[in-house]
Amino acid sequence: MILSPVNTSFRSPAADRALFRALAFSAGAVAAILALILLYLTLASASLLFVDAGLWQLRWQPSAGAYGLVAMLVGSVAVSLLALLIAVPPGLVLAVWGRFFAPPWVGGLYRGAMGLLASIPSVVYGFWGLVVLVPLLNRWAPPGASLLAAALVLALMILPILVLQADLALDEARRRHLAAAMALGASVSGTVRRVLLPTAAPQLVPAVLLQLGRALGETMAVLMVAGNVVQLPDAITAPIRTLTANIALEMAYASGEHQTALFASGWLLFVLVTLIMLGARAVARRAGEGRVDAH
Amino acid sequence: MRIETLDHASRSDRLHARWMGLVAVLTLLVPVLLVGELLADGLPALTTDFLLSAPADAGRSGGIGSVLVSTLWVLAVCLGVVLPLGLGCALFLVEHVRAGSRLERGLQLALDILGGVPSIVFGLFGNRFFAVELGLGFSILSGGLTLACMVLPLFIRAAEQSLRQCPVGYRQAAAALALSRWGFVRRILLPTAAPGIALGVVLASGRALAETAVLLFTAGYVTRWPESWFNSGRTLAVHIYDLAMNVSGGGTNAAATALVLLVLAIGIQVLAAIVGRISKGASQ
Repeated sequence: MILSPVNTSFRSPAADRALFRALAFSAGAVAAILALILLYLTLASASLLFVDAGLWQLRWQPSAGAYGLVAMLVGSVAVSLLALLIAVPPGLVLAVWGRFFAPPWVGGLYRGAMGLLASIPSVVYGFWGLVVLVPLLNRWAPPGASLLAAALVLALMILPILVLQADLALDEARRRHLAAAMALGASVSGTVRRVLLPTAAPQLVPAVLLQLGRALGETMAVLMVAGNVVQLPDAITAPIRTLTANIALEMAYASGEHQTALFASGWLLFVLVTLIMLGARAVARRAGEGRVDAH
Repeated sequence: MRIETLDHASRSDRLHARWMGLVAVLTLLVPVLLVGELLADGLPALTTDFLLSAPADAGRSGGIGSVLVSTLWVLAVCLGVVLPLGLGCALFLVEHVRAGSRLERGLQLALDILGGVPSIVFGLFGNRFFAVELGLGFSILSGGLTLACMVLPLFIRAAEQSLRQCPVGYRQAAAALALSRWGFVRRILLPTAAPGIALGVVLASGRALAETAVLLFTAGYVTRWPESWFNSGRTLAVHIYDLAMNVSGGGTNAAATALVLLVLAIGIQVLAAIVGRISKGASQ
């Protein structure tokens, strides 16, 4: 029999039964939170979500009874994808530099700095974007508060964790392959490009996907710099409104069907982010199995 | 292998090291500018009086005393729920659920999904469930409870990881001494895992402190000194958002508040690094 925490046998008096009940209760409570979130979101948005096709139009005019979420959905997705596009290449470069080219103590220091940056609250990033970035962009392409500003702030926000996760993946690849590649006389840069990055790719993809989910769900940083005009962006410098910002802006005074529409956008966000997360899990699991096979 | 190919390889490496180092320095320049801007705008306004007095004139003047108190209240409610519930769930996962069983996979999946839910969605749920359904209204209590739902997965993951590091030998010894599971958990498992659990608490507080969207429609905006946990109260993060977006002329105080929040957040991160080092040392 394999010894694991579960089947190490203990005498089982009344205290243990009480303990088991308490532990099972707390695990049940955690699962219940998830169930309650899903239940309440669905109930609160059901009347618009499943009955009416009114959510799937462009027009968002609560005063006129038009609750189209399409423009804001496009806004959310566009901002998140642009942020990834901006953050992923430098993220990879920084991870590679910190692991392979910088002196070890500099690399360690750099990773420490990334840990600190990851702990900066998003509202602080948003505030900085509002005070510094938006006026700067305004000089070049008014009004400044735009898709681009939001994507830049988001990119800055997701970069630290991206660097740290890419670093972990690369470090594992390095331990398996670097010695062999160096023995063949390959350059470090060539090894990174041709051997280590492809090896680490199955772990890099879920890391990027998780950041995509984080970007889609981010509220404050985007709310403060995106301009919050409900429209399909026709240029990268056009102001937009995301689903999350819309909830934060209008929840305070919404009532009736308007509120239902906001809950429906929350439901949509929940489903979208959960699907991305499940995708990331599936990719990570396939990568894990591949590793087992390789040995 | 000819010498000149090796030479060529190292030359290209040096070139790559240089441009990558440049990218690294330039990237780090942005957050340095961020902190510099906050220091330049906020430091002049940051006095002891600012930290101790309540906001006046919608936050344009006065300080953040009541906001700090509300923040601590919300954090206390949040941790008061997260600690017992999260520890219970982590212990259940480690002690009673067989690895790879359907129950284990189900719970892990639930934790993964819960950990990925956008904070604004927690805000919607908290508003509907705690504020409306349970009748708590806009209050520190509903804010703290909603926040607890959000940071639970993070804390459970940290606690679970440190509980799993308890050596099997300890279990065998406890079983050989005919210790009850309760006795084992209380006397051996929890003390061994304490540094890792402390790390979880620190990480959870950091996440809770940084959160804004959850609290907008659960804890509310009120700037008065909170008298009980049924009062509405705004946290530091909400205060920054409100000053920056809704109050013209609130920029200086917003920067000063952001500076306070930044110091707290970075302080917590440093604390986490120290606790993490201790817990790593304890497990070896």
